[in-house]
Amino acid sequence: MMRHAKKREIPIWATKPAFIVGIIIVVTAILISFFPQFIAPYDPIEVNSKAILVAPSAEHFFGTDNFGRDVFSRVIWAARIDLQIGVFATIVPLIFGSLMGLIAGYYGGVVDNILMRIIDILMTFPFTILVIVIMTILGQGMRNIYIAIWLVGWMAYAKLVRGEVLVLKNAEFIEAARVTGFSDKRILLRHMLPNVVSSAVVFAASDVVLCMLTGASMSFLGLGVQPPTPEWGAILNEGRAYIMNAWWITFFPGLFMAITGIGFSLLGDGLTDFLRTKGK
Amino acid sequence: MNKLLEVKDLQTHFIMKNEVVKAVDGVSFTIYEKETFGLVGESGSGKSQTCRSILGLVKKPGKVVGGEILYKKQDVVKMSKDQLRKIRGHEISIIFQEPMTSLNPVLKIRKQIFEAFDRTDMTKEEKRKKSIELLKLVGIPSPETRMEEYTHQFSGGMRQRAMIAIALASEPSLLIADEPTTALDVTIQDQIMQLLNQLKEELGMSILLITHDLAVVAQMCDRVAVMYAGMIVEMTDTFTLFSTPRHPYTNALIRSLPNQKGANERLEPIHGAPPNLADLPMGCPFHPRCKFAEEICRTSRPELTDLTNTHQVRCHFLNKTVGFQGTFTPDKKQGGCDGENS
Amino acid sequence: MNGLNYILKRILQIIPVVFIISILIFLMLRAIPGDPARLVLGEKATIESIDAMREKLGLNESYIVQYGKFVKGIVSLDLGTSLTYQRPVIELLRSRVKITLMLTLISTFFSLLISFPLGYYAGKYKDSMFDQIVKSGALAAVSMPSFWIGLLLMILFGVKLRWLPVGGWGNTFIEQIRSLILPGLTMSLLTSALLIRNIRNSVVDISNMDYVDFARSKGISERAVKNRHILRNALISTVTLLLMRMAYMLGGSVIIETVFSLPGIGKLMVDSIFGRDYAVVQALVMLFAMIILMINLLTDIIYSFLDPRVKF
Repeated sequence: MMRHAKKREIPIWATKPAFIVGIIIVVTAILISFFPQFIAPYDPIEVNSKAILVAPSAEHFFGTDNFGRDVFSRVIWAARIDLQIGVFATIVPLIFGSLMGLIAGYYGGVVDNILMRIIDILMTFPFTILVIVIMTILGQGMRNIYIAIWLVGWMAYAKLVRGEVLVLKNAEFIEAARVTGFSDKRILLRHMLPNVVSSAVVFAASDVVLCMLTGASMSFLGLGVQPPTPEWGAILNEGRAYIMNAWWITFFPGLFMAITGIGFSLLGDGLTDFLRTKGK
Repeated sequence: MNKLLEVKDLQTHFIMKNEVVKAVDGVSFTIYEKETFGLVGESGSGKSQTCRSILGLVKKPGKVVGGEILYKKQDVVKMSKDQLRKIRGHEISIIFQEPMTSLNPVLKIRKQIFEAFDRTDMTKEEKRKKSIELLKLVGIPSPETRMEEYTHQFSGGMRQRAMIAIALASEPSLLIADEPTTALDVTIQDQIMQLLNQLKEELGMSILLITHDLAVVAQMCDRVAVMYAGMIVEMTDTFTLFSTPRHPYTNALIRSLPNQKGANERLEPIHGAPPNLADLPMGCPFHPRCKFAEEICRTSRPELTDLTNTHQVRCHFLNKTVGFQGTFTPDKKQGGCDGENS
Repeated sequence: MNGLNYILKRILQIIPVVFIISILIFLMLRAIPGDPARLVLGEKATIESIDAMREKLGLNESYIVQYGKFVKGIVSLDLGTSLTYQRPVIELLRSRVKITLMLTLISTFFSLLISFPLGYYAGKYKDSMFDQIVKSGALAAVSMPSFWIGLLLMILFGVKLRWLPVGGWGNTFIEQIRSLILPGLTMSLLTSALLIRNIRNSVVDISNMDYVDFARSKGISERAVKNRHILRNALISTVTLLLMRMAYMLGGSVIIETVFSLPGIGKLMVDSIFGRDYAVVQALVMLFAMIILMINLLTDIIYSFLDPRVKF
């Protein structure tokens, strides 16, 4: 009894400031991605032969790269593409995977069985490897990154939601709805979905980080966004050749990516805590 | 009779960010050699924290903040970790409520018994012999094979027996039993209690029995202390407690027992919930649930008063409670209701 | 059932998985638009060599025959010839797989070295300043791009301080170990963070268990309480997680080896994708799959030894 009082005290207290920091970071990142033109002082793809590999200064906050492009402007404009990858690569699997999990869990049977076996097998393989294998088949490019992440990403949601549906299936109110004679569709969408979707959404908040990092990794490897489009991973890749004398090209895009990633992680952690305390 | 353990004004508090939970708030009692002393109360009354304090096992952020615990005249509270370890297991042993979670699931029973011999210079063969002996003593059949098994291969009752065997390994003078049978089936409960009684006689040790079950107290204990909200509200020998309880709480506890003789009598649950230890009511902590509470109970906290040499009660109205009996009759209860207006 | 039978059973269970994976990989090359024989031989191949390859792959025959030949190739370790290197694929793999395995082992070692003390003390002193810092660090580590961390380490220790090589592979053993330190550290970061979280939470949970108090009540030393009871139980989930992470580290090798120009199978994978060296890509995917299956098998077996509650 005493132990309970203790446990309930600390987490809410400790995580709240972190959660707020997370929200601030994410909102700022979203604002930057919507209005880069108001923040970036230069054109992100404009080549300037007079200012090649200039160190950070008042004129170029983050210096310039080997084409004389302003790194700060490139980093700011890249936020749009990276957030886009993070969000879109997460949303499609979130919706599709949740629906699959819902249906598989609710109806069960042979199809559910086979589906889950295959997911289990595939999910033992690292995310990166699966995405790369699919990229090999599809070829390079942004569009294919999305497709590759979608093809891999939905499985985690399907598994998560299916697990929750299995628990809920025997809950009294679902039983009651079934006895009342509601259609399966209505039970699934009206009764099941609202109850299982919260954990999927919470998972998605941290999944954004994974998707963003995967997208950036692919671009870093040269498989994704092609130059001169500004994207954090791609900028890092270009700057890699110059780390001996121009550290700023690699340092700043990575820093932005790290901060954005931390923001989404804090957001995800905070949401998880809220979900957990709500469940108690 | 010699004093074995003397607890004096023990205070164990849980100090948290915005509140202090006084789990044990000024508890004193004495356990003599070769006796069974009962500590009774609802969950959250502080009885478990009292016994954890004796072995220095209070969990953070709990802490013994005051009082003395004298074991053979040495203060356990002031002991260094090293000294305390000499007491633990060798002089005082403990068995816990949940045999499921009180034994390490990944170590063989043998290893968990052997641990109790860590500080001795016994050879492996001696340890083995002694372990088999112990397991036999607590009634575990074919101990040679069973000690090579893990806890999940044991039933609940067998686990409790194994735990008792481990606790007895170094022949303690005092065994603390923290609700040893609560998690077990009724039939097994009785077996374990009988086992404890028998071991006490055979080994000549004392037992500090913590329980919420008065029936167990009646069966086992020589003397009893009743705890409420971190304090002792009544303390006396078992016979007196059942025949002439003097604290309204003790009385209510006894009345909530199913009566074996007069089976037609109604059971009476105690109304209300145990108080929040972080925010105790003013005055007597029991007054919100007490049928006899008057103004003074709300404003001033009663002291533990000697009724006789061997009977202490913490109540303002000792004169009112004289008529209490173990088997309480309805008309007397009505008489007591005059003072009740909460 | 005893332990040996359990292992046998698990090995038998893997067979259908291997079958499914081999089908997927078989289909992979055929899912890429274009003639597989041309894909394998490259753009400049002559008509004759393409015809010979078509014959070898059995492309003129039914899918079942083709799959049969594919399996036969794998079993006899005849994985074709690399387009880029003009050498048998199996030879290429043999020289490179060692580097990736060494990298994985070194980063496993780093992960253990970092995560055990940090995780244990963070859990022991839960909610202390130290715990907060460790938790924040772990959160940051899982949110950052590993290739960026790698480049930063490279700038710091390779370029500025010149303590360690910035990349590449040495000739002597000492040189090789030195060139694995930075990539190993980079790779271990994410794993360490995940392990720290796991160890910390396990230590917090286990310290609250009655069996730890009961062990303490026997008068054993704090060291024994820590080793025999707390860590021994925390080890079960931690080792399982670590082994699973080894599979993921293998996946991460694709990126880390590219950052540090290490000639392992991860870098070979990226190079082969760019060089459209499909014979190598196919072999590598199969190799990755097999290593990961082995790791999973190993995880299950080790788990069953660590946790006696597992029913065989």
